[in-house]
Amino acid sequence: MTADKIVFLLCAALIISSALMVVTTRKLIHAALWLVAALFGVAILYAILQAGFLAVVQVVVYIGAIAILFIFAVMLTRKEMLDKGAQTRSNWWLPAVLGVLILVGLVFLILGQPIFSRTAAQIPVEVDTLRNLGTALVSQDGFVLPFEVASVLLLAALVGAVYIASGNNN
Amino acid sequence: MSIPLNWYLILSAALFCIGLFGVLSRKNAIAILLGVELMLNAVNINLVAFWRYLDPAVMTGQVFAIIVFAVAAAEVAVGLALIISVYRRRKTVIADEIDLMKW
Amino acid sequence: MDFLNDPLNFIAGWMRGLLTGWGLADGLATVIIYFIGITVLIIFAMTLDIILVWVERKVVARFQDRLGPNRIGPFGLIQPFADIIKLIIKEDITPAGADKLLYNLGPVLAIASVIFLWAILPLSAKIFGVDLNVAVLYLVAAGSLGTLSIIVGGWASNNKYALLGAFRMVANMISYEIPMVVVLLIPTILANSMSVQGITQAQSGMWFAILSPLGLVIFLISAIAELGRSPFDLNEAESEIVAGFHIEYTGMKFGLFYAGELLHAFTFGGFIAVLFFGGYGGFFGLEKIGFFSWLNNPFIQAMVFLAKAMFGYWVIMWIKYSMPRIRIDHMLAFNWKFLTPLALVVLVNTAILSKVLGGLPNWGYDLGMFLSNILISVITVEILRAYGRKQRKTGVKLTPRGVQNQEQAV
Repeated sequence: MTADKIVFLLCAALIISSALMVVTTRKLIHAALWLVAALFGVAILYAILQAGFLAVVQVVVYIGAIAILFIFAVMLTRKEMLDKGAQTRSNWWLPAVLGVLILVGLVFLILGQPIFSRTAAQIPVEVDTLRNLGTALVSQDGFVLPFEVASVLLLAALVGAVYIASGNNN
Repeated sequence: MSIPLNWYLILSAALFCIGLFGVLSRKNAIAILLGVELMLNAVNINLVAFWRYLDPAVMTGQVFAIIVFAVAAAEVAVGLALIISVYRRRKTVIADEIDLMKW
Repeated sequence: MDFLNDPLNFIAGWMRGLLTGWGLADGLATVIIYFIGITVLIIFAMTLDIILVWVERKVVARFQDRLGPNRIGPFGLIQPFADIIKLIIKEDITPAGADKLLYNLGPVLAIASVIFLWAILPLSAKIFGVDLNVAVLYLVAAGSLGTLSIIVGGWASNNKYALLGAFRMVANMISYEIPMVVVLLIPTILANSMSVQGITQAQSGMWFAILSPLGLVIFLISAIAELGRSPFDLNEAESEIVAGFHIEYTGMKFGLFYAGELLHAFTFGGFIAVLFFGGYGGFFGLEKIGFFSWLNNPFIQAMVFLAKAMFGYWVIMWIKYSMPRIRIDHMLAFNWKFLTPLALVVLVNTAILSKVLGGLPNWGYDLGMFLSNILISVITVEILRAYGRKQRKTGVKLTPRGVQNQEQAV
């Protein structure tokens, strides 16, 4: 048991327990805050995987923007579903069984492949992953097209969200 | 990095299944979107883990994860705008009750 | 290893020897040393915070032509301790309808989001928490935790003024994050690095405040908005929503919000120093001359850094106590219609010029950058003047569309 394994297990426990709270807790605002905890755990995971940029972007985008949006949406619609009534469908056991089955199948598949039990080599000192990522995003033989398409997607989402939520369009 | 790759894969599979359960079992449309976020994060863990364990010099995994970030942000913005718009007109956020187009 | 030249490594090495001498494993010793280091950093920041309370009260008194605290101790120096004792012995009230866990989480997150920032604040070339290669983005990430603390505190208080304050604050912080992120890319481009150490060392010859004065101004404005200080203190707005998001907090929980705000302001003063005034260095090459080599001493550098940070903090206070609060629609319009486009223009200008002028000698590069910023400011002011003239001529009020509707709806 090395230090990084202990950190990973703590982090995995945080992610799984908060994710379970997200899907089971009755108060929606708590669900949104448990989502923040789960996403924070994922950010720590990225840091363990030496993807520092993604770890920070995870916090900025997910916690700083997406989670806040969720909390806003819960607050704006909370008259209806505060605490009263069941939060899950009556036949909630069906998705639970489905989820467990898929999980068992996936774990079986993953453990059956010996290639997945490999460990990672050290990243060579001369490889600057941050610089490589930046270059890959904007170079022509890299991913400049998906990058630009993503920006168009974001613009479309921005315009669409403003139009739908503005309420002046009826 | 003495952690085997399949630890990450199992964690991500578990997160994905929890998210799937949330999406299928919740009544509230916002809670369904919360489940979708969990599933997207599970996918991202996989992408970044494969990037790290296969070849860190090739950035495909991280770039894919960044695109997923952008798509998730767009999805949440439009999705929540739709939910709020529906709530304004029909005073409900329960997915089953939004059945105007059901026949 | 000499204590005077590399204090942190010296102490860490000494403690490692001590701990392993007691028979502890090397890995465990590392963990313990890191924990002690984190604790010392936090204690340093919080002690500084106590002094900041005194500084803030003294400076605001001078701005308002008063004396400030002067009864307890010399120059009132013991006053903050008296304040703390007062806050601790006050009754700790949790409102009846409050969400207990979240209500208590709010102040903790508020102070934590500030302490997070101290991890990357470089006091000197040898005294710093960690040198992240994405430090500039980390600054924004820690800010988003601050947003979360306010919305959690405001919602959990179960008070409509608190919720209004939280809503306003979140609108404020999320909007002003955009010009801040854009403008943070300017030091990144100029230094070719995202780490605070890299940015500091890139300014040893010339401060970025001179290369990009507009960037500095935009960063200062968005930092003040991020802090929620006047003129952007809509989250508190005593005259409208009483005290905003911390209306229900009493005793030390309120104290944590207050201390967090002061320390946050000082920390942003520090980041202004790092990003635009050369941080602990930036002596224009003076430290390379043999006679001034004492400037490279870590303790001298830490003193220089703290002095520069205090200056940034003083500027933030100066603005706070001189400007009236602005209305929320004006605040949002100012950000989206003015500050964000301007930040984007300055960023594009910096990016293009750093490529075009890259071949020039240093003074040509610096002069080109400076003059381009002056040109942009002149053009901006001219556009604003023309806009203002048009507004006065047509007599249109500066009210954006939709505000009247919202007022009716509320």
